[in-house]
Amino acid sequence: MDHFPTNWGRPRNDAFDAYATYPIHQRPYNGPKDSFADGVQRTQQPIVTGTSVLAIKYKDGVMMAADNLASYGSLARFKDVQRLHQVGNYTVIGAGGDMSDFQYIQYILEELSIDEISAQDGHELGPVEIHEYMSQLMYARRSKMNPLWNSLLIGGFKDGKRFLSYVDLLGTTYSASTLATGYGAFIAQPLLRKAVEGREDVITEEEARKILEDSLRVLFYRDARSLNKFQIAAISSAGVSISDSMQLDTAWSFAENIRGYGAQTQ
Amino acid sequence: MFRNTYDSDNTVFSPQGRLHQVEYALEAVKQGSAAVGLRSKTHAILLALKRSTGELASYQQKMFRIDDHVGIAIAGLTSDARVLSNFMRQQAMGERMMFNRPMPVNRLVSSIADKAQVNTQEYGRRPYGVGFLVIGQDQSGPHLFEFSPSGNSYEYYAMSIGARSQSAKTYLEKHYESFADCNLEDLIRHGLHALRETLQQDKELNVNNTSVGIIGPVGQHEKPISPLGSFRILEGDNVEVYLQSMEKKEEAPAPASVPDAAPAPTADEDVQMSG
Repeated sequence: MDHFPTNWGRPRNDAFDAYATYPIHQRPYNGPKDSFADGVQRTQQPIVTGTSVLAIKYKDGVMMAADNLASYGSLARFKDVQRLHQVGNYTVIGAGGDMSDFQYIQYILEELSIDEISAQDGHELGPVEIHEYMSQLMYARRSKMNPLWNSLLIGGFKDGKRFLSYVDLLGTTYSASTLATGYGAFIAQPLLRKAVEGREDVITEEEARKILEDSLRVLFYRDARSLNKFQIAAISSAGVSISDSMQLDTAWSFAENIRGYGAQTQ
Repeated sequence: MFRNTYDSDNTVFSPQGRLHQVEYALEAVKQGSAAVGLRSKTHAILLALKRSTGELASYQQKMFRIDDHVGIAIAGLTSDARVLSNFMRQQAMGERMMFNRPMPVNRLVSSIADKAQVNTQEYGRRPYGVGFLVIGQDQSGPHLFEFSPSGNSYEYYAMSIGARSQSAKTYLEKHYESFADCNLEDLIRHGLHALRETLQQDKELNVNNTSVGIIGPVGQHEKPISPLGSFRILEGDNVEVYLQSMEKKEEAPAPASVPDAAPAPTADEDVQMSG
């Protein structure tokens, strides 16, 4: 069914098409389709992906962590990818899921920031506005059946208030003092909740870092698509700071005594 | 006269570098009845004189709510005002939907200023025939803006537009330095005095022809409103208490006027409801 009146009964030119026969009417086709026939027009599966993102609220603000890996299926393809992105002076957005869609999101947010900066009228985009914008964008894309295949954490600190929220490819949003995407939601979230809930105004920056590092370590042990190279972003009244990449120390010596693992020759 | 040969096309400059169509549009604003705006550190208010076409008719609405945090008073073509205020409402709603924040007032005013400017530069289009006084509040406090059909918009401490608005401006210029620290009641009193200056001889402000728009915390004589501080319009009996607070006008002899038994009937003036 053609919903667009401009495609109906166009005025005809009696000289060469008296009955408005052109363009020829086509009935819509709803049968099986080859997704890749036209070149991929819609995101139907994520290709290069990032795994979990973790975030917690602490005394001075919000802290977010993500590893530096972008996987190509089961291949650990790109090992120096920054999955935490600063937006303006008050917000950090962390992404799991399709990395090319995340790069597109970064571009969109850059355009938004440029407009806001050039207004130069004392108004700035904070985490609340960024989150609302992203929610509308993600939900609109899902409603067009062409999602941006990401799960995003948006954290920030503005006007004395901490902000931490989640939005994903379906347009689902929620907010809490500890959040995690991907495998983190299953494995790390209980650890984060135990350590943080009720103590958000007490946890120092050092302690927050330790909580996130411990959770990342557990994820490195258990998530087969993770890496032990990571970054942590801290947003507080002092602004946004994303750390350099750090290495996680791990202990694999337990494997010595297990048959089939470690250096034993059996 | 030169003026007449360069004034029918919007896109033709006069030899003096003027766009006469735009200036004629500004005249349309000057024909509308007066509106006054002023602000303090905490509030921004609008006061408007409503006109009625005759004793049987109602008084023309002069104020419109754009959003919780923005309101406008109009002077000029009411139909053009409806179109522009509808556009402003859409912009303000869109900002709340996209960014979950009330639209910054200066950006809202810039959006209609840019829209009006297009009509001063495209062939075949006529300028909007209405001017606005816009009050609003955002993170940087209360604001008052004037919008005019030329596409100019400016922020003011106090301003008036419409018929005989120069008299109101004179009053405002004399007193504006004290506005910043006024409370709401004093601010309204100043505004009413300014509005009174625009009246013709023998006319007075009453509950039928005066409306007051307010942005800012609730005043002494108001019932609590929600959301706090949002734009509200006071009309009819609600205005009485503020009218009472005005100082009596001195019986100053107006220059060259002869107070007579039979005042000349004026076709375009506010009609006094008798009694």
